[in-house]
Amino acid sequence: MGQKKIDIEQVRQVAKLARLALSDAEIVQFAVQLSAILEYVEKLNQLDTSKVEPLAHCLPINNCLRTDEIKQSLGTEKTLANAPQKDEQFFLVPKILEEPGGL
Amino acid sequence: MTNIDYKVIVGLEIHVQLATRTKMFCGCELIFAAEPNSRVCPVCLGLPGALPVMNKQAVEFAILTALSLNCKVAEFTKWDRKSYYYPDLPKNYQISQYDLPIGSTGFIEIPLPDGKVKKIRIRRVHLEEDAGKNIHSEGNFSQVDLNRAGTPLLEIVTEPDINSAEEVRLLAIELQRIVRFLGVSEADMQKGHMRFEPNVNLHIKKDNNEYKTPITEIKNLNSFKALEKSVAFEAQRQLAEFLDSGKVMQSGNKKTLGWDDIREVTVLQREKEEAHDYRYFPDPDLVPVVVNKKWLVEIKTKLCELPLTMQNRFVSEYGLSDYDAGVLTADKAAAEFFDNTVKAGGDAKRICNLVTQTGLKIANEKNCKVSQLGISPQKLAELAKMVEAGQISATASVTIFEKMTQSESAPQQIAESLNLLQKSDEGELEKIVDEVIAANPQAVEDAKSGDKKSKKANGFLMGQVMQKTKGTANPQVVAKILSSKLNKGI
Amino acid sequence: MSKDILKLTCRELRDSIAKGEIKSSEAVSAVFERIEKYDGQIGAYLNTYKNDALGKAKEVDGKISKGKSIGVLAGVPIAVKDVLCTTFGTTTCGSKILENFHSPYNATVIEKLLAADAVIIGKTNLDEFAMGSSTENSGLKKTVNPWDKSRVPGGSSGGSAAAVAAKMCFAALGSDTGGSIRQPASFCGITGLKPTYGRVSRYGLVAYGSSLDQIGPLTASVGDCALLLSVIAGHDERDSTSVDEKMAPVYDFSAEIDEPLKNLKIAVVPQLFEGADSEVVNAVKGAIDIYKKLGAEIIEIKMPHFEYAIAAYYLIATAEASSNLARYDGVHYGHRTKNPADYIEVYTKSRNEAFGQEVKRRIMLGTYALSSGYYDAYYLKALKVRNLIRGDFTAAFQKADCVIMPTSPTTAFKIGEKTADPLQMYLSDVYTIAVNLAGVPAISIPCGFDKNNLPIGLQIIASAFQEEKLLRIARMFESQTDFHKRRPEL
Repeated sequence: MGQKKIDIEQVRQVAKLARLALSDAEIVQFAVQLSAILEYVEKLNQLDTSKVEPLAHCLPINNCLRTDEIKQSLGTEKTLANAPQKDEQFFLVPKILEEPGGL
Repeated sequence: MTNIDYKVIVGLEIHVQLATRTKMFCGCELIFAAEPNSRVCPVCLGLPGALPVMNKQAVEFAILTALSLNCKVAEFTKWDRKSYYYPDLPKNYQISQYDLPIGSTGFIEIPLPDGKVKKIRIRRVHLEEDAGKNIHSEGNFSQVDLNRAGTPLLEIVTEPDINSAEEVRLLAIELQRIVRFLGVSEADMQKGHMRFEPNVNLHIKKDNNEYKTPITEIKNLNSFKALEKSVAFEAQRQLAEFLDSGKVMQSGNKKTLGWDDIREVTVLQREKEEAHDYRYFPDPDLVPVVVNKKWLVEIKTKLCELPLTMQNRFVSEYGLSDYDAGVLTADKAAAEFFDNTVKAGGDAKRICNLVTQTGLKIANEKNCKVSQLGISPQKLAELAKMVEAGQISATASVTIFEKMTQSESAPQQIAESLNLLQKSDEGELEKIVDEVIAANPQAVEDAKSGDKKSKKANGFLMGQVMQKTKGTANPQVVAKILSSKLNKGI
Repeated sequence: MSKDILKLTCRELRDSIAKGEIKSSEAVSAVFERIEKYDGQIGAYLNTYKNDALGKAKEVDGKISKGKSIGVLAGVPIAVKDVLCTTFGTTTCGSKILENFHSPYNATVIEKLLAADAVIIGKTNLDEFAMGSSTENSGLKKTVNPWDKSRVPGGSSGGSAAAVAAKMCFAALGSDTGGSIRQPASFCGITGLKPTYGRVSRYGLVAYGSSLDQIGPLTASVGDCALLLSVIAGHDERDSTSVDEKMAPVYDFSAEIDEPLKNLKIAVVPQLFEGADSEVVNAVKGAIDIYKKLGAEIIEIKMPHFEYAIAAYYLIATAEASSNLARYDGVHYGHRTKNPADYIEVYTKSRNEAFGQEVKRRIMLGTYALSSGYYDAYYLKALKVRNLIRGDFTAAFQKADCVIMPTSPTTAFKIGEKTADPLQMYLSDVYTIAVNLAGVPAISIPCGFDKNNLPIGLQIIASAFQEEKLLRIARMFESQTDFHKRRPEL
């Protein structure tokens, strides 16, 4: 047995990326379990895939396109129906102070 | 004193909202300022089980734009998910294109004030979906509106080939003109249809060494003016910072700045480029896009003459000034209307004046395009020809133009009914000239004198003739008669 | 009377209802009698809709008495896995995060069932978000195996399988990402079909691994599987990954179900028998003997990459899942933590509180596999191996009509037996997973019982879109045996 495939600090980092507030106990447990799984998936490296194309999708189809036609939206009321917190017209979240990472 | 020379280096990241009727991956209608969260469906709300289906029109608009930016259009492209969490992004990933953008390695030509043209290379053009909007109102909460979520966006990334704030503005204007000509975007900056994010730094030569300042990215730019000012400000700020601290570019010291439109300064938003990990991977809910020859040919038929090409043609073919050609080609409808009118006959310069000075003004008042004023190019050409033939004065042509927007009548009829036809009959005008000469001996003498007074006296006599004819005399004809009479007298 | 009804197949029941011999409402009442009597012990259902079901049954009965045309599942009580969106009741996915979630739309398969006049009686339990092989990962309920209540029903469609086995419905829908229909069908002694990827619309199926997920039927017989597939299959413009009918025509797959296949060639992979319990191996060998007696040619093949399927699967499926489950964040719907300190805590705490351990583990694994620096080593590598695995199947189907192997290496295991070691749980999917990676169809049918009187499943795999052939091959075996007719004593 070599070094653990994923250590506690990495688990913490991944949990941050995945937006999971894991408890310390969970972090330790996941470090052990994920390491075992990653150890297992190492077996993929027994295969030489240098000349193999990745297969993201089995389907031999492409260009599934839609015409630019307007379809009925849900409307504000239904859109907000499952919202945990809302006002008349909007979803509500605790005040956002920072800028997004995207776009 | 140290010897300092520097060059501004700018690359632009541009988001252009496509003018489709519906969103990128669902049939929700795109309208500006709708009731919040009223244009949302299971797909753009990211509900469990909902699946995206791509909008063909958006793909075609993207290809059209890529072609007009001289890009290579990918034969095979796909969709990728870009992961980050933000309340205006319901799925917490954005469907975008990562390693296979729909267009790549193109260029845009921008006209410079000195008449030259500069090529700015385009790195890539790709399609993606927009996020919704977070509204940071009063109180402890932010409000989330998803009407915009899923709007098709074209992201255009230039190489850092831009070297001044002015060039940034010119590129923005040129790109706006192009996408408007193509009809792929309304490109209204105030409405957020076009968003520019300049990446700015300086290459500084100091004592025979070259230094590169840290790159900053500027956000929150809502007008061409803000865009230009922010780059100019940022260049100066970076120079001052370099002179002060000597700080140079290192990996990871890219900052994000926001533009404060009121104070006209850039403000730090994010100190360090956070270690973003977007975890791009192919979206398994969507199948690849294959652009075959047949489809590409079909899309190419929708390409039009681009604004700069048209502008240059108006100069070379019609002899317009670069300025006039620029004004006309700022708007495709006006440019085509002008072009068709010239083709229907008539002097280009005259038609240009009619379109730019009268047509655009009326169109602006009516909040429509000049081509929508109800005047056909043929009729406008007739009007222009009447001016050239001396049948009406330039002043009268404006009045007739205005009338033409309200009536079906031909310009000739309108001129007649308003009594605006000029008197060009030499015999008739000669009589009136004779009367005026007879009635104003002093002025005649002054006119003949050839000294300072003569010009004024000539004008006076001319005015008398016009008064007698209630302004309908053809000034050219009157001037000719008058001059021959006065010369004869010597 | 009601006992007799419950012995009928879907087709028999539908025909009796159509002829007016049995009323749909009687069938629905009979089923609810069973549910009320036994589901307290079994725990197959998360929610049942007795009043709605009786209402729909009366509607169907009314249609029949008025002589109106009726659908092919008219009046047949059917259960659906609670991973399919319905406008009635909640759609929970067995997760606390969606415990109170009401879908504003129906999944396409739900619409199709309703259009066929089926009566949907309830929604069945599952491993949370279909992640699991035992239904022990449900965040909401415990389901046991009707054959032995100390054992698991299999998973993730454990509720659907248990409901069919316990005669608490006539058929059920499940979903299969790595064996989630076939393995519980095997554990519960019923028939379960995973159709070809793209055959059935995924619109409204809450996604786990989008490139692997497929909806399919769990039934008491092969004929019923064929009948239900005919109802739910077909292109859906709302799912870009559903294939058109040119590629995959839809017709009544049950019409010629009793026609045996001539010149049938069956491939077996001897290496794969090594990992299974001897009783399972013997049952499968017994099945092979029956096929031999029916005239089939048995050929031995190698599938050199088969053993890599689990490793590839747990990277691909979890990568997709980590992204698919990002949307459950407590912002737009679903559970939100109480008193979050800021909006980030809305994400981190809501998710952590409401997701179960297995879901978190898979999100963590998938996030890691996609993260910067690991993408190539894990996710991309897995996609390449996926291609090799598909190649194994392509090669197999050049030599044979189908491949036969066990559905699961063991019969139903004890509750709690594998929960401590997730990897051991994953390894129990050894025979089913490769099928999803290759996108091909496969069926599990009962082929024997072990010494504990627990059912054993036979898996038959065919090439893409060859469901009709697959079903007929399965029926050949079924027609010679009565394993499928056995039901547990409750």
